Amino acid sequence: MHSDRASFGLRAASLAGLLFLHLPILIIFLYAFTSEEKSYAFPPPSLTIKWFAVAWNRADIWPPMHLSLWVATASTALAMVLGTLVSAAMAQTRFFGKEQISLLILLPIALPGVITGMSLRSAFSIMNMPFSTLTIILGHATFCIVIIYNNAVARFRRLSGGVLEASADLGANSFQTFRYVLLPNLGSALLAGGMLAFALSFDEVIVTTFTAGQQSTLPIWMLQELVRPRQRPVTNVVAIVVFMATFLPILIAYYLTRNGSETAGAGK
Amino acid sequence: MTAPAILHSRGLADWLTALFWRRPRVLLTILLAPPLLWLGVVYLGSLAALLLQSFYSIDEFSGVIKEEFTLKTYAELLRAQNLDIILRTLLMSTIVTLSCALIAFPIAYYAARFAKGRWKTVFYLGVMLPLWSSYLVKVYAWKLILAKEGIITWTADALHLSMVLNAILAIPGIGGNSLSTSWIGTFLVFVYIWLPYMILPMQAALERVPTSMLEASADLGASRSQTFRTVIFPLAMPGIIAGSIFTFSLTMGDYIIPQIVGTSARFIGLAVYQLQGTAGNIPLAAAFAVIPIVIMLLYLYLAKRQGAFDAL
Repeated sequence: MHSDRASFGLRAASLAGLLFLHLPILIIFLYAFTSEEKSYAFPPPSLTIKWFAVAWNRADIWPPMHLSLWVATASTALAMVLGTLVSAAMAQTRFFGKEQISLLILLPIALPGVITGMSLRSAFSIMNMPFSTLTIILGHATFCIVIIYNNAVARFRRLSGGVLEASADLGANSFQTFRYVLLPNLGSALLAGGMLAFALSFDEVIVTTFTAGQQSTLPIWMLQELVRPRQRPVTNVVAIVVFMATFLPILIAYYLTRNGSETAGAGK
Repeated sequence: MTAPAILHSRGLADWLTALFWRRPRVLLTILLAPPLLWLGVVYLGSLAALLLQSFYSIDEFSGVIKEEFTLKTYAELLRAQNLDIILRTLLMSTIVTLSCALIAFPIAYYAARFAKGRWKTVFYLGVMLPLWSSYLVKVYAWKLILAKEGIITWTADALHLSMVLNAILAIPGIGGNSLSTSWIGTFLVFVYIWLPYMILPMQAALERVPTSMLEASADLGASRSQTFRTVIFPLAMPGIIAGSIFTFSLTMGDYIIPQIVGTSARFIGLAVYQLQGTAGNIPLAAAFAVIPIVIMLLYLYLAKRQGAFDAL
């Protein structure tokens, strides 16, 4: 039998699934206000906002914060250039080896992060390259390329080749076509891709632990606090900051591309 | 004799434009060179370095890496304790993948077939936001939830179900002192974290099932469950396989979750992390890291033959 109404069981299961995905995140917000310092007791004995001030004044949080922002910005910028170039090549033409290249772009996120991390670590070890901010950015830019690529290539496909030919017929050279035709059309897709790449890089910990050496990004700082907790409520506050730093760019990316046939974030 | 130019060339930009027009390959090369150089050198170069390191060995007395070709390090993987790690990881990845598929299906199916208008957006954002929001924060949230003094224990108490919780924790092998130090805890967090990766490709595959096909199935007298088994499920399969690539691969390589929630039993990812860090045994860490690569390449090859990449 075919019907247009979902059965009760299906509706219940799908809603329960959505709740399962969202309730845990709300817990973090609750715990940032708890007055209990030593354990994860639920329910919180009472609520307070003092941990936000405590976290603000903690000197050890700011350097990782700045490093994370800088790394995310630099890797996003690099990935945007490289990702746009490769998507332009892949969308416009057919050539030998195209499938292999698309696999190569996908590989950094299809293989577990520990492999990307361990590979970079091996390479740095063989080349005697000391760990630095540069080694972190090298890793981050590599897995951000695919995010930009996915967003840009979908937009390129939608863009009709006729527009580019019309531009050429009207006397524009390749650079003018890029500046006045291609870029305005690609703009929101690139921005959305950039937002997602930023969120991914800001939050990345698996590859970063292998490439950071002694430096800590904010996620590495958090990981250390998770393994050996010092002041639990401060970690809760930082968790909210990290959450917002990834949440807002994702929402922006969604609103930038929601009217198109392709929406940002459909794959990570 | 050359034909007279209609427009005068305005310098380098126009000259390049003409070149791109006459020789499209030049433009293609210019576009592809930087990203391919980057991925080729940084990524493939690193993978090659990993492979190379895995054929080195470590001197057991001095701890110095001997840079000569040997299979000794791979032989070490076959030791009982290392085989344990590999089998435990594969078992966990399989169970997590199957559970994700089971939980994801109703969500993906409802979102693809029944959700309209505003609900469509709710479902889309409802899956996408957890997918992209901070991995570490999500793991941390579960540490709070599963803690002995946490919300699950409290809820069980409030509902007078502590007996059930304790009975579950008493199951040997997968139980433990509290949920946050048990195998069940690790499993729950894995399922939670990777679930969105399963839903999205599944939904994409289900959205491509034409309604007319379901109507045809009904017209031919198939019951709901027959339609599901013979029409919907086979057509959703590429999506399930595409999703399983992510859930399987990500579970196999993760080393943060087992470190924060669960028993101290090691998984491949954790072994790699500890071997390259405190132990300083990069060759063995590299050899361990090669296992997921081999498994994933095999998996990707099989998935490609099933047409799973069209659902990505």
